[in-house]
Amino acid sequence: MKHLTSIRELDTGSAIAILDNADELGAVNSREVKKLPALRGKTVVNLFYENSTRTRISFEIAAKRLSADVINFAAATSSVSKGESLKDTAQTLEALGADAIVIRHPMSGAAQTLATKGWISGSVVNAGDGSHEHPTQALLDALTIRQIKKSGDDLAGIKVLIVGDIQHSRVARSNVLLLSLLGAEVTLAGPETLLPKTFAAMGCKISHSFEEALAEKPDVVMMLRVQRERMQGTFFPSEREYAAKWSLSGERFKMLGNQTIILHPGPMNRGFEISNEAADDPRSAVLTQVRNGLSVRMAVLYKLMAGEG
Amino acid sequence: MQVFKGVLLASGETTDITVEGSQVTKVGKTTESGLDCPGLMALPGFVDLHTHLRQPGYEASETVLSGSRSGAAGGYTALFAMANSDPVADTASVVEQVMKLGEEAGLLEVRPIGAVTKGLAGTELSALGLMANSKAKVKVFSDDGHCVHDPLVMQRALTYVKGLGAVIAQHAQEPRLTEGSQMNSGELSTELGLKGWPSVAEESIIARDALLAEQVGARLHICHLTTAGAVDVVRWAKARGIQITAEVTPHHLMLTEDLVRSYDPVYKVNPPLRRTEDTLALREGLIDGTIDIIGTDHAPHSSEKKDCEWEQAAFGMVGLEHAASVAQEVLIESGASDWKRFTEVMSSKPAEIGSLEGHGTIAEGQPANLVLLDPAASRTVTAVTHSLSHNNPFAGRELKGRVVHTVFRGKFSVKDGKVKNA
Amino acid sequence: MPLRTVLDSSDISRAIKRISHEILETNSGSEDLVLLGIPTRGVELAERIDTSLAEIDPGYVSNLGVLDITMYRDDSLDAEREIRPTQIPTSGIDDKVVVLIDDVLYSGRTVRSALDALIDIGRPRQVKLAVLVDRGHRELPIRPDFVGKNLPTSAAERVNVMLANTDGSDQVVIEQ
Repeated sequence: MKHLTSIRELDTGSAIAILDNADELGAVNSREVKKLPALRGKTVVNLFYENSTRTRISFEIAAKRLSADVINFAAATSSVSKGESLKDTAQTLEALGADAIVIRHPMSGAAQTLATKGWISGSVVNAGDGSHEHPTQALLDALTIRQIKKSGDDLAGIKVLIVGDIQHSRVARSNVLLLSLLGAEVTLAGPETLLPKTFAAMGCKISHSFEEALAEKPDVVMMLRVQRERMQGTFFPSEREYAAKWSLSGERFKMLGNQTIILHPGPMNRGFEISNEAADDPRSAVLTQVRNGLSVRMAVLYKLMAGEG
Repeated sequence: MQVFKGVLLASGETTDITVEGSQVTKVGKTTESGLDCPGLMALPGFVDLHTHLRQPGYEASETVLSGSRSGAAGGYTALFAMANSDPVADTASVVEQVMKLGEEAGLLEVRPIGAVTKGLAGTELSALGLMANSKAKVKVFSDDGHCVHDPLVMQRALTYVKGLGAVIAQHAQEPRLTEGSQMNSGELSTELGLKGWPSVAEESIIARDALLAEQVGARLHICHLTTAGAVDVVRWAKARGIQITAEVTPHHLMLTEDLVRSYDPVYKVNPPLRRTEDTLALREGLIDGTIDIIGTDHAPHSSEKKDCEWEQAAFGMVGLEHAASVAQEVLIESGASDWKRFTEVMSSKPAEIGSLEGHGTIAEGQPANLVLLDPAASRTVTAVTHSLSHNNPFAGRELKGRVVHTVFRGKFSVKDGKVKNA
Repeated sequence: MPLRTVLDSSDISRAIKRISHEILETNSGSEDLVLLGIPTRGVELAERIDTSLAEIDPGYVSNLGVLDITMYRDDSLDAEREIRPTQIPTSGIDDKVVVLIDDVLYSGRTVRSALDALIDIGRPRQVKLAVLVDRGHRELPIRPDFVGKNLPTSAAERVNVMLANTDGSDQVVIEQ
């Protein structure tokens, strides 16, 4: 395996192998020497066309823990259409010695295009492309659920509810594909304009009522970050109406079971899609997600980059 | 004098065709010797009502000359050049320039299409009458690439153009419903995270314009139908007696949205590739006459417009050199229709819709515009053709049928598969 | 492909017993000993040496662990290889005498990797190396302290070590 641009590139076995490796690599983070020499002499470039400090730092630390050199390249912050093409940027980075490019891009499919167009010979890791996919986020979510639920290799029978602006969410898409690949039962919940029925074809259930979805007693509730500017105008009447119907707070928060895991890919809009109470609850695994992000990205970089030498 | 010996006509008859000067002088057996053409079909030269020749303005993608070469290689003897050049073909001088470039190339007849609105902006009517009265004698108007979406502008354009004996070719795409759209709307666009292009955006405009055409009693042509629903709407309009004609592209007859999974921009086109159900409905419509013609929507783009992210890439694909093979696949190889229908959709009907004389028939006393093709030959489509651009979604596919000779005004524009140098 | 058995079950048992005795002799007792098996077969060998040490020395305190070296390899990396757990006994390895245990000693690269892995985990007083088979062809300046059998081979041959728990039976064969 040379690239990871979509969960579609994984089968159950390879997904479990990444999670297993991530579990082992996580142990390094508690050692005094938090470094492994596996990618010594290799160079990883974080090519970010969108600002995402968290994801960028997570990939950066992951690569450094494996002894790779890391270059951060923040491409045009405003518009990609101005300035250098993706092809030229990627080829320049490879000429400078990049063995892998971790790409975050506002356009769906950009990572796959970079991996398949023949522009470069190195590995490509998708760190989020448009509203398409964010595969390492799904892997860290799966790892978090597996650890807390102690479910063995896979996630068979675990009920996961993903809530919010599904339509524009790459996290939701990658999670639907990966969690269902691992045997979980995924339900998506959100208002009709932000959750078209075509999502069902990806292998999940659809709900347009948060309360009804919670009544099904999910084992995991994943709240998506909501881009507030989308919550006014043509997708939803107002921010206030959205928060009233779709935030994890008040009575809805009380409906959660004792063992229900609360996940959020971060950064959270406290008081909007998630209340303080829910965000700080012991059932919230947000910080475990962050830690697992590191292990999962180490496992992915190792899988893609080792063996090329 | 040139005699094509032993050619097969669309009717099934084997005969000889005699060409003298620029005209066909005899269709029938003759004792004169000539070029033996065993197994070759002789058909009226193809007419494309929908070509982007890119000149003036985008000469890196195509020129009138390179597009003419590509057209001749595909068996065409006439191309209608779309108006979205730079400057836009919205004045008499631009259409006359395009026509002149076509005559200089001399490989086929280039008929300029005039823009419906100034600068394709959709707000003010362009110089429709002046273009019709110019040396280019424009008979087809279109904002193709853009929809004439304002109903009032469309209604007035239909009314005005009716008086000129011309037709409007509408690019049916409701703009608000397709803002930022990238591919067919459905399960696949959802998974790929690309903004969907709903079929209703096409169908609602066709229905509206059919009713407007009925109200003002004008002729209306719909460019590139892509959905099963659009076929239904056109079928309904025809049954109602509305003067509507419709077109389908080679790619929408054979290619489906599944190709978009690759995010390879060679498959990015406006309107987008649709589902298998849609291609089947389009084929059915083409066979039963609901859809009148195949128009290539040949849309060359230089490689930098396609060598990028999907959402950055330009819409469009080339089509002139494989359109006949696609038509053969859909009508003949499928066993669903015959060479007479093939001739209609590739030649006589587009000539009729475009008020183009001297094309669409092989008859004594008519200009010798014809194509001889070998329907038994198989070939693998290559990305590199006579076009300056290589954005060919059929590259690598095996198709039947090969153009052997193309004759334009009595002279070979293509002989033994080789395009004549202009 | 011709197979030649070079050690049978009783040879292997004897070799394990002898190695155990030698470990105790050179270490003047079992104090501060930590046995670390290198996956896959080094782990089973370490377990059996551990059992054997307990039989020989009634005062033996077991400090048995596993040292995975996947992330430290420098030879033909195989990314499909599963990373195995490294288990360090609770005693740790600081100031201990660590005995690394593997089945076959060949180029020495595995041992080199193991030494690197060890140094990232702690600082042993001494590191020793026990192998069931030493087949020669060293590429690095590494030598074993305890050897079950020296087995001169050609580079074209393959040495396969099979152990009861991992492979169903005990034997060492050479494939040509």
